[in-house]
Amino acid sequence: MNLMSEIGKRKAVNLLSLSLACAAAGLGLFWLIFILADVLRHGIAYITPELFLSEAAPPGMEEGGLKHAFIGQLLITLFAVLIGIPLGILGGTWLAEYGRHHKLGRFISTLSDIMISVPSIVIGTFVYAVFVKPLGHFSGFAGALALAIIMIPVVLRTTEEMMGLVPWEIREAAFALGAPYYKVILQVVYRGAATGIFTGILLAIARIAGETAPLLFTSFNNMFLTTNMNEPMPSLTVTIYQYAMGPYDDWHEMAWAASFVITVFILGLTILGRLIIRWKYKN
Amino acid sequence: MATTIKREQTFEKLFSGITFSAAFLILVIIASIFISLFRESLMAIDSFGFFGFVSSTAWDPVREQFGAATTLYGTLVTTILALVVAVPVSLGIAIFITELCPKFLKPIVSTAIELLAAIPSIIYGMWGLFTFAPLMSDCVEPLLQKIFEPIPLFGQLFTGVPLGIDILTTSIILSIMITPFIASIVRDTFALTPVQLKESAYGIGATRWEVIKDVMIPYSKTGIFGSVIIAMGRALGETMAVAFVLGNKHAIATSLFDASATITVTLANEFTEADSDLYLSSLFYLALILLGMNFLLLAVAKMFLARRDK
Repeated sequence: MNLMSEIGKRKAVNLLSLSLACAAAGLGLFWLIFILADVLRHGIAYITPELFLSEAAPPGMEEGGLKHAFIGQLLITLFAVLIGIPLGILGGTWLAEYGRHHKLGRFISTLSDIMISVPSIVIGTFVYAVFVKPLGHFSGFAGALALAIIMIPVVLRTTEEMMGLVPWEIREAAFALGAPYYKVILQVVYRGAATGIFTGILLAIARIAGETAPLLFTSFNNMFLTTNMNEPMPSLTVTIYQYAMGPYDDWHEMAWAASFVITVFILGLTILGRLIIRWKYKN
Repeated sequence: MATTIKREQTFEKLFSGITFSAAFLILVIIASIFISLFRESLMAIDSFGFFGFVSSTAWDPVREQFGAATTLYGTLVTTILALVVAVPVSLGIAIFITELCPKFLKPIVSTAIELLAAIPSIIYGMWGLFTFAPLMSDCVEPLLQKIFEPIPLFGQLFTGVPLGIDILTTSIILSIMITPFIASIVRDTFALTPVQLKESAYGIGATRWEVIKDVMIPYSKTGIFGSVIIAMGRALGETMAVAFVLGNKHAIATSLFDASATITVTLANEFTEADSDLYLSSLFYLALILLGMNFLLLAVAKMFLARRDK
């Protein structure tokens, strides 16, 4: 009788704990749906052609848009990609190939992992110290530089991992034909790892597209349309921050609309990247 | 023939040289981040020292008295509260995914949880400021206050006017943001538990929960520690979400319903407004302290995870 109640108690504890685990998963999904639905609900109503086609109106005036911020965001991201991706891919190549069994290679690999987690606002203060302060003014370039620094270790680590997945025998087959190592890398390994590296790039872009903190004191902000990377440049994210904290209702509405656009863009890229990985490495 | 080989050798050297410099750049960047932040903080270090700076609660731009105690306190309190909420939830999620979830749902639930990490922090901030904070101040916080405030001592945590822009709201939002990091590492670690161990436990009549509690969790200890430390690093460095909902108030808060300030928020709000050299230098000093803490934590986490993979 005693034994039976003991078993009953264990079963009850089992049921309770497992239900709590289910509840935890439910809570996680609840937050995701809550946040996404909220952004969708608020944002979609304010998506208008003017949002993309007209520039900022003076505070309080209706009919303003965020064209300046969209263009600024695109330019900053574009330059960050131009700096960050080649450097990341080349560095990752060394780690995966020449430095594969090198002590220094392992050390750099570990350090890049740590660097991925360095708070992005610290990168912003760094770029301020070495770029903005000596030049004496905020600029789009400084913002792009900050984002590139955030991007490099991400691209580098994915490149290293994806090139590591290419079987060593394939390289040996190419070596046997007399190909020098650099040709093996360029023509054989890169081809094998292309999809993986491409996915890494997508995910790295998704990561920097939503960054705000490192832009606050590098590219700063600007209420006007500019394509001069040497001037303070508006970005979507900093504009969201400014508008959300501001007192005007139409600013809040535009901040929601911009949030919606950025969320859709980033989640789209992330999901696309995951689908490609799943499709490519399923077997 | 000989010239071709020679040319190939030059290309080979060139290519390996270029890739090596790109990899080496990582070391250069990290070193220059430390050096430049240190150089910019020198003035503040000279004026306040280290212990003087971290123990002083002053933050007075007018009289040029600066200390890190209030912001460090805000950073640590929000981070620790976020972990208190996030760790059990993440463990639950990892258990659900590895043990309970039907197979066809696994990738969907995993991806959904990881999407929480893909949402940019400014979106958490928008949602926090316009939706979550009002919800907290209208419904959740008055209720908590009614239940807990009469309890002596403990009730102190629930005093004040619940405005929603406070430590509690911030910690909950932070906990949502770090949950995917813990959950996905723990899920991978759980999957490393040898099936034989689990089956031996089932063989002597253990329930599923007992297998999780007495076999899987002890076996995954290092991975769990590692993931918690990584999540802690994330929470320490989070800026935008916190900037929206913490209120940026330099004071030692004694209630969960008080506004506070973290290192990151102080940097975000005051960096471009710092009008004196000492002010700016003190902000750089804060950034340096944050970077140091973060680097140390991540190095420890890497050590744990490396031990797990051995």
